[in-house]
Amino acid sequence: MSTPTTKKPTKPTKKPTMNTTAPTSALNVSRTTATAARVLRQLRHDPRTIVMMILIPCVMLFLLRYVFDGSPRTFDGIGASLLGIFPLITMFLVTSIATLRERTSGTLERLLAMPLGKGDLIAGYALAFGTLAIIQSALATGLAVWFLGLDVVGSPWLLLLVALLDALLGTALGLFVSAFAASEFQAVQFMPAVIFPQLLLCGLFTPRDNMHPVLEAISDVLPMSYAVDGMNEVLRHTDMTATFIRDVLIVAGCALLVLGLGAATLRRRTA
Amino acid sequence: MMNYSSGPPETESRTLPTPAVRAEGLTVVRGPRTVLRGLDFTVPRGQITGLLGPSGCGKSTLMRAIVGTQAKVTGTLDVLGLSAGHPTLRTRIGYVTQAPSVYDDLTVRQNLDYFAAILTLGRAASARRTDIDRVLADVDLTTHADSLAGNLSGGQRSRVSLAVALLGTPELLILDEPTVGLDPVLRRDLWNLFHDIAASRGATLLISSHVMDEAERCHRLLLMREGEILADDTPDALRTRTGSETVEAAFLHLVDEAAAAGRRKETAR
Repeated sequence: MSTPTTKKPTKPTKKPTMNTTAPTSALNVSRTTATAARVLRQLRHDPRTIVMMILIPCVMLFLLRYVFDGSPRTFDGIGASLLGIFPLITMFLVTSIATLRERTSGTLERLLAMPLGKGDLIAGYALAFGTLAIIQSALATGLAVWFLGLDVVGSPWLLLLVALLDALLGTALGLFVSAFAASEFQAVQFMPAVIFPQLLLCGLFTPRDNMHPVLEAISDVLPMSYAVDGMNEVLRHTDMTATFIRDVLIVAGCALLVLGLGAATLRRRTA
Repeated sequence: MMNYSSGPPETESRTLPTPAVRAEGLTVVRGPRTVLRGLDFTVPRGQITGLLGPSGCGKSTLMRAIVGTQAKVTGTLDVLGLSAGHPTLRTRIGYVTQAPSVYDDLTVRQNLDYFAAILTLGRAASARRTDIDRVLADVDLTTHADSLAGNLSGGQRSRVSLAVALLGTPELLILDEPTVGLDPVLRRDLWNLFHDIAASRGATLLISSHVMDEAERCHRLLLMREGEILADDTPDALRTRTGSETVEAAFLHLVDEAAAAGRRKETAR
């Protein structure tokens, strides 16, 4: 057996703070899927949340359909927009609370002291909630298109694609803001702070070019505007228009950007 | 990899290459407060070192610095021969925080499954399963394996947290008050487990406590107060040096001594 004593004593090391650049691989498939499975397992112990996540958008669409009973054209416009907005809001709420819990319960510190990459954690959450978002959006889209008479000219698959990207954007935003919330109360307040302004300015209530120029300019830089715009493109055009592709790319780009910002808020070393 | 597991850990004759932990001028600042003030100490391998001191003296901060989760650490801090926080240390250190850090909405086994998947990548599912069964037995939770962690008692939850740290046979275990709130029988069983881990695997354990009677069960002691280390010795040597009967009395003696020395310095000025 080799004697460890032959090994020279390690040379004096630098300050420990120098080691924050960890070469842990950015993304590891099995750690990511393990994390996604764990998040879904946690939700499975909470069936009421799952039922509410999946049913509430359907109930809302149903309600909306009969609120605008006399003007089906209005339902088309608002219904399609809402198909994009629901996944964003649900995933925002679920993710911000889930990651806040992870931060406050000490499990995040434990995970980051283990060989888990930040990318694994974020991708794991995105994968788990993305799966839920697909189920949620598929049901809501199916209900709207086939039972409530939502008049879509384009392919419902494209509606689903936009809905999925919106869900990812919601996950990303939720993850990001959870870093700035010290309690569940604060996390819930981020919903009116981050989501409501986008809701007012996204073109749901009135076309964006009818707004005050300042507000229109603001709406131009908010991602939800492009989510709603993308939905409306599918509603009115048979093919993928250039505007649709632009919208999809912007929403996806924003989601990735905010996910990156979210990753930056996960620190292995904290005060 | 070098193998330290053979041979009894108590054989002092064989000089091990590096201590498990070596600190020189270790200082930690948290906000406006300097929590650790230039600490110098070593933690020998294969033994149980107790980290004792009153609440708020910096025990947890010191442990977080060793694990590599504490920010604003200056000075030298080597852990298992590497600088603290080194990525390869993440599988070699088991860490239990003071508050149990487990998922309340998962069962005990599901918690262990997940952390084992993160820790022991590439190992067969069956090997992972035996590992999980072993740590469940170690912390005496086999019968509660399928209970939700959130439905367990406080002591049981902290044992789930401990079980996670035991996964994958770490070389260094950092346990922050692992026996707080446990009944005497469980406390005795856990201390037996700690001794068994040190003796059979040659693992190093650093265990914090503010209960002084646990000090008697450690091989070595680090006594802390207000961010400084008062003593670094064996329980026996401490008692002899201070002429005290218990470690608690020795600690109080050292505190008074330090206070008197401080006063002398003041008046000499």
